[in-house]
Amino acid sequence: MGKTLAEKILSLKSHGEAKAGDVVISDVDLAFVQDATGPLTVRQFREIGFKALAKPQQTVIFLDHAAPSPSQQLSNDHILLRRFAGQTGCRIYDVGEGICHQLVAESFANPGDVIVGADSHTVTAGALGAFATGMGSSDVAVAFALGKTWFRVPESLLIEIDGTFPPGVYAKDLVLHLIGQIGADGANYRALEFGGDAVARMTMSQRLTVANMGVEAGAKVGLFPSDRITRDFLREHGRVGKYRPLSADAGANYEQVIAVNLNQLEPMVSLPHAVDNVRPVAQVKGVKIQQAFIGTCTNGRTEDLAVAAEILKGKKRHAGTRLLVAPASKQVLIQAMEKGYIQSLIGAGAIILPPGCAACLGLHQGVLGDGEVCLSTANRNFRGRMGNPEAMIYLASPATAAASAIRGEITDPREMM
Amino acid sequence: MPDLVLRGKAIKLGDNISTDDIIPGRFVHLRSNLPELAKHVLEDAAPEFASRATALSAGCGGKAILVAGKNLGLGSSREHAPVVIKMSGVGAILAKSAARIFFRNAINQGMPVLLCDTDKIGDGDELEINVNDGKIADVTSGITLTCGKMPPIMSAILEEGGVVPYMQRHRGFVITG
Repeated sequence: MGKTLAEKILSLKSHGEAKAGDVVISDVDLAFVQDATGPLTVRQFREIGFKALAKPQQTVIFLDHAAPSPSQQLSNDHILLRRFAGQTGCRIYDVGEGICHQLVAESFANPGDVIVGADSHTVTAGALGAFATGMGSSDVAVAFALGKTWFRVPESLLIEIDGTFPPGVYAKDLVLHLIGQIGADGANYRALEFGGDAVARMTMSQRLTVANMGVEAGAKVGLFPSDRITRDFLREHGRVGKYRPLSADAGANYEQVIAVNLNQLEPMVSLPHAVDNVRPVAQVKGVKIQQAFIGTCTNGRTEDLAVAAEILKGKKRHAGTRLLVAPASKQVLIQAMEKGYIQSLIGAGAIILPPGCAACLGLHQGVLGDGEVCLSTANRNFRGRMGNPEAMIYLASPATAAASAIRGEITDPREMM
Repeated sequence: MPDLVLRGKAIKLGDNISTDDIIPGRFVHLRSNLPELAKHVLEDAAPEFASRATALSAGCGGKAILVAGKNLGLGSSREHAPVVIKMSGVGAILAKSAARIFFRNAINQGMPVLLCDTDKIGDGDELEINVNDGKIADVTSGITLTCGKMPPIMSAILEEGGVVPYMQRHRGFVITG
């Protein structure tokens, strides 16, 4: 019997035969926390009585959620994390460097790696063929000390993607469509594995967007096979030597196969207050928005800012709509400046926020007022997510967000292209 | 070690209660002050939850039992979600299904999570839960529910009171069975 990608990686890293349903102890190639989960990790690490890290160079703290800190309490949490890094010798990426998941993709994740992060969107690195999954603070504290963790080997769902993206339709629309179809628990405890003809044509940025949102269907990982696109990305980021081709075996056992034809996709929007509440943009056109937010680990990459800048260049945001843009990393910000995207966005009335999570999780940089509506390129629209339970969040692609910012209402981006 | 047989009263919640519902992101600055953070448990989604849970756990011999629908704890990996539920006086969590990170976090905090058909349990019902057997007796209605089993490694972590005492004892994960 052939192996799924999930079974293949966990077999490799548990030094045995891992099949769906087994419980294995796996090596961990990278363990990380961010500033909202890291302080509890540090406390649990110490309470257990651990003193040293198993792999200091593969242990990372990212300060991205409160970046820079808006409160004395969070500033003190940052001090705690910087001291822990100093004491243990782990790596730290301080405020302004970018979002943990983007930095993991740029600098750490490799095909076949096992990555655990105290953040649910750790699944993002599945785009590079890494078995990357979110865990709680305690589990990551243990991984810091042991360099290992336990997993139940997940069953896999195969998502077979064919066709090509029509104009105005992007990876975000694909993943919103998928989540709308299978539901917020449609992949709970399972691995999503992406295959089909279209995968070979998907850029790394698109793959990262899709893998990122796998967790919104409950998935443990969202895995892409590694290929020429993966190798090129690793080469651009100075670690082509880490490339290895990895794909599921023919004859691997999938719990379900779900086909998606890109040719038939339209721009999609997720409506408040559930990510799986997905409709084609045509059904929500005209909803007034007071804020558009382009950024996050889902859609804050150079390709995303390029799409937004193309639509917004030479235009102005609607007077009643604030336009916030947060590049996912410092590297993204520099690239977007070199390409002139940042200038176009500022010219259109955008506020450029520092690289980091920004407005996504409701603690600073764009908290919504009562009754306000935000169209966001983020991954969650739960009630209260952006800091106010009386606000409404719609999720869409950067193109839809840019077009909607111009009109001040939810707009089909194809009307602006 | 948690009580492996416990009695209490059900506080029912609906489907898809996210970790943002359990402890909203706007309180991130309180995460290093858990007693303050815990005051905001389910503040938007179920404003009466905290006072009911506190009252039940302060009563004689019983605990609050959080009884949810499907996909409990979806969303963010914040372990603070089961932490504040525990601090509010909840002794066990029952749900039709639970999101995987939340489930694992709760067990790591020594909080029993049992999966069963919670539609059969009424709000305020008196429950007797045997965590080892996965049996729930609804004393109010007279019915008995059987729960699915968790992997032995999770049962072991739960029996020892969570991943901190488990690690203090074993210094590593031990796979049995």
